[in-house]
Formats: sequence, C-alpha cells, structure tokens
Amino acid sequence: MVRWGMVIDLDKCSGCQACGVACAAESNVAPGSPREAWKGRLIRWLQFLPQAEGTYPNVAAALQPMMCQQCDRPACTYVCPVSATYPNPQGIVAQIYWRCIGCRYCINACPYTTKWFNWWEPQWAGNTAKATNPDVELRQKGISEKCLFCSHRLQRAKERARAERRPLASHEYVPACVEACPTGAIVFGDLEDPQSEVSKLARSPRAFRVLEELGTKPKVIYLKST
Amino acid sequence: MNDIARPILAPMMARPSRAYRAVCVALGAVLLWSMLAWAWQIAYGLGETGLNTPVFWGLYLVNFVFFIGISHAGTLISSILRITDTAWRRPFTRLAEAITVFSLPFGATCVIVDLGRPERLFNVIFYPHFSSAILWDVVCISTYLITSILYFYMALVPDIAVCRDRLTGASPFRRRVYRGLALGWEGTESQHRMLSRIMTGMSIFLFALVISVHTNVSFVFGMTTKPGWHTPLISPFFVLGAIYSGVAAVIFFAVIFRKIFHLEAYLTPRHFNSCAKFLLALCCFWLYAMIVEHLYGFYGKETAELAVIEAKFSNPLFWIMFTLCFPVPFVILAVPRFRTIPNLFVMSILVNIGMWMERYEIIITSGEHPYLSWGTGRYSPSWVEWSITAGWFAGFALLLLIFVRWFPALTLWEVEEEKHEAPATALPEGVKA
Repeated sequence: MVRWGMVIDLDKCSGCQACGVACAAESNVAPGSPREAWKGRLIRWLQFLPQAEGTYPNVAAALQPMMCQQCDRPACTYVCPVSATYPNPQGIVAQIYWRCIGCRYCINACPYTTKWFNWWEPQWAGNTAKATNPDVELRQKGISEKCLFCSHRLQRAKERARAERRPLASHEYVPACVEACPTGAIVFGDLEDPQSEVSKLARSPRAFRVLEELGTKPKVIYLKST
Repeated sequence: MNDIARPILAPMMARPSRAYRAVCVALGAVLLWSMLAWAWQIAYGLGETGLNTPVFWGLYLVNFVFFIGISHAGTLISSILRITDTAWRRPFTRLAEAITVFSLPFGATCVIVDLGRPERLFNVIFYPHFSSAILWDVVCISTYLITSILYFYMALVPDIAVCRDRLTGASPFRRRVYRGLALGWEGTESQHRMLSRIMTGMSIFLFALVISVHTNVSFVFGMTTKPGWHTPLISPFFVLGAIYSGVAAVIFFAVIFRKIFHLEAYLTPRHFNSCAKFLLALCCFWLYAMIVEHLYGFYGKETAELAVIEAKFSNPLFWIMFTLCFPVPFVILAVPRFRTIPNLFVMSILVNIGMWMERYEIIITSGEHPYLSWGTGRYSPSWVEWSITAGWFAGFALLLLIFVRWFPALTLWEVEEEKHEAPATALPEGVKA
C-alpha cells in the first residue's frame, strides 16, 4: 500500500513562502480582504508558524510551513457527524464539501489548527474566478476545508498512467508546494517504500512530527534545523 | 380538590393584566428580532458573528450548554425527588418540568443556529457517523426532549381534567383543547394507580437520561484534545453545573409565579427553605469541582493547559463568575437568616448569570488558546449573536408565561397529596416557617 507523505527540512527552508503562494493558486484559495485578515478569518491551506529560540540578541527565528498534517490517526475525521471528512484509501484525509454541515467540530478537534472555515462566500475580484484551477472545486460559505495534498494531481497522474497502460510511478504525483520550493526543502513521496528519498529522510535522526505526543501520527515530517 | 384548585384556577380565567400583556408583547418582539438576526446570518454567512480562527465556537455553544443545563433542573427536581418521595418538591414539580420542556427546544436550536449550513442538518440522519460526539448529542437530546414532553404531559393529565371540569366559562376552543388533552381522565382509583406507575417508571428512566445527556454535551468538548477541554472531569462538572443553575432557575420562576398568581399558600417559605438547602449542597460541590479541575491543570504544568488556566485567572470575568457562583450564593444559602425569599430570588439570578459566564469562560478561553502559537485569537460576539441570545431567552420566558395562563402552574394532584400527608411532613426542628 502506498502511504503518501512529506518531509520538510527546516534547515533548507529559507522562509520565502513561495510554497504558500503556489498552494493558494493551485487550490483556489481566495485571496481574502484586509477586513477578513483583520478579523482573523483568512484561509491559507499552507500557513507559516513563527518559531523563535533564544533571547535577544541571540535569536534564531524561523517560519515553519504548516499544512494539514495528514494524520494516520486524524482527530478531525473521528468527530465529523456526517463523515464529510474521512481518510481515503490513499491515506489522504479528504473532504466532501457538499456534505459538510458547517459545525466546525473537525476544526476544533484538530490540534494543529490547520483546518479552515468559510465564514463568508469566498470573494473573487473581477474575472479571477475564471482563472481558477479547473481541477479543484470552488468552495462555498459555511463549510470547512484544508490541504488535501493536492490529491487532484494524484487523480490526474493515475488517469494518465491508466491511459498509457502502465503502473503509476511515485515521482508523477507531486503537490504544488513541493514543486514551488526553490531550495528543495520539501520532499514528497511514498513513506512505505524504503528506497524513496522521503522515507530515507523520515528516518533521519533530525526527523520529528509536530505534537507527536498526541498520537495523531502525522504524515508531514519535519527535519529539525541544526 | 375544590379548595386547592380554586385559587390556582381563578387567575387563569381572569383577563390578563396590562403588565402581563405588555411583557408578552415585549418578549415576542425580542424573539421576532432574533429571527431577523438569524435570517441575516443565514443570508450572509457565519462571518456576521464575532467568530474567527481560532475561536470557532462562541456564544451559540455557550447558550446551548446553558439551556440544556437549566433544562436538567426540571427532570432532577421532579424525577429524583419523586423517586425518593421528597415532600417539598410538590409545588415545584410542574414549574420544573415546564422549564425543562421549554428550555430544551431553545438549547437544541442553538446548535442549528451555529451551523454554517443549517439546510444540510438532515445529513446527520442521511450520513450518520457514529463515532462523532455530535451524533451522540443528536440522539441523546432528541430522546430527552420526547421523554420529558411525555413525562410533563403525563403529570399534567389529571390537572387538565380539572380544567376541563371546572373552567366551564372558557372559550369553546379552549374547552375543546382541555377535553382532548385530558384523555378521558376521571380520577378513578385504577387511573391514579396507572399514573403513579408510569410516573415512577419514567422518573427512573429520566434520571439516567439526564446524567447521560449532559455528559454527552460535555463530550463534544472533552473528547477533543483541546487544552482546557480535554479532561474527564468536564463531564461530572457539566452535570453538576447544569443541576446547579437549573435548580436556581426553578427558584427564580417559582418566586415570580408565586407573586403573579398569589400562590403564597402553596409555595411557602418552608418549601423555599428546603430547596435552598439542596442548592447549598450543589454550591459546595461546585466549588469542589472548580478547585479540582484547575488544580490538576496547574499542578501538571503542561504548557498548553497552563496557558489556558493563566488566561482564565488573569481575566476579571473569571473572578466575577467565581464570585457569582460561589461566595455570594454560599453566604445567602448557608446563613438561615439570609434565606429569605427576596434574597433567594436575587441569588437565583446571580447564580444563573455566573453559570452562563462559566460556560463562556470554558468555551472561549480554550478557543483563544490552541496548542500552537498561531498568535492567539480574540473573540467578541457580534450584534447578531447577542440578538439571537436575547431572542432565545425571550422565547423561553414567553412560552412559560403562555403556559401558565393555560394550565395550572402547580401540580394540583400532588399538592393535594401533600395536604393529606401534612402531619408527616411537618417542619423539621430548627427551621423557621
């Protein structure tokens, strides 16, 4: 069984936030308005957790890219009353937008606060709605959403492989954030395959998962900055 | 029954006073306004509330817990005290059950108001996911609502029969309602036996249900790993808090209806005194649970947990809440001299304000302090949320007011029983009437 996972090397990460921009463009995340930002209601599937260590003047500050951690034991899917969020057969925590009743229980249950709620109908200025990615559904007000590991790209890759009557190679499926990273800090692939780069990095002594002690078993693994 | 029923039935037939009508119209207006506010929220989305990331749950959930909470008083007073055959319960049971039945619909709808897509509510039935505490809540609360309506109605049947027989001057429509609802009650020996068996059986079932309902309400919070919510103590504490605020609510309405309907002969200071002592015990338990809960978090020094506790302790609202929930009611309830009816009335209001604030503290503070330091959020409710809150309270009061004009505010047949048993329930020593 394939287990799609991600390793983010915080040593290589320069904090340029290109991954966040690529994510928003790929996943049709509306830019939002200053008013929403002021209210704390912006939706960003990939956000940056500010980290600071030490005291002035010896401070090491960094931005840690945080998206849905794609837990193997997700807290969010257990609590959804209508199974609108569920772990799909590829191990990706998926969303069914049309079924979501908007109770925000999943968002509250997520210890990472990486799920988002559409407080308003998403606003697309001018003609920008026409320039959105046709592979990704546009959301409506009153439902929750989050990073899906660009699972539409997996769908595309699978269809291509099937059309060409060959098995899917793992390098064919790459999320947008991984593609955009200029320093190659984000590595994506099959965690079950011991030969893959991602699984080798995941075994590194620098590897850690956020809030590991909660037992959610995230598939996004970070490499500590040294 | 004649002498008992007359003074209770008389005001039901009298023309409603100007003040009563004015209050009803005012409450109705507030309820209507809240409906408009809800329509506004449905049209524009939950962005009309003060909610944000990471405070995803706010006033609606506070009201949900509060309304379900006060609904427990009814069941508690009338079921547990009925099972144990406590004498002082009798004049309170009807009011207590009415509070249950009328607060539950408002509690349940709070959750629907909170939904981002209320029109998809029935997905809970079409696509049920049984590991979700919200689904358990749906099952529990709907069972509770149906059972308590039945229980309330059963105890009402003999009294409706009295209305049917005695209120011959009522409008034809009203008499038809009484005739239908009385189910042909004749007050025979076998009917009384049947009623008593039903009431006992339902009392036992409801007692278990009450505990499980509020435990489930707490599960919605406690089953997540959110700091401040994730503690097993949250369940018993919720049940306790529910009973505490609920019994206070019963005292509040009992004092009001005693005044409006001149029930001084039935709701005597002795009854209030006994109820106050019961409340005193709950008040002490509340302090105990409060200390234990915070001591655990504080002693463990878990970073995220500690952040929530520190935020609570540094918030003046927390200390106002604490003062309203413990020291003030404790002094009024513990000193026999202070246990007067006006004092109890004021205290019952303060306890309910305090308990509402306690739920606010629990829900909002944890919302504002998630595990990761995203830059903690701040929440202040919007006009839509305050309007709906006001409307729900007004609707609850309005239903109670309408009810007491149509049906006896006291359980006539139980009060009559008490009259017959009077010697057995004489004043205990040391209690002033």
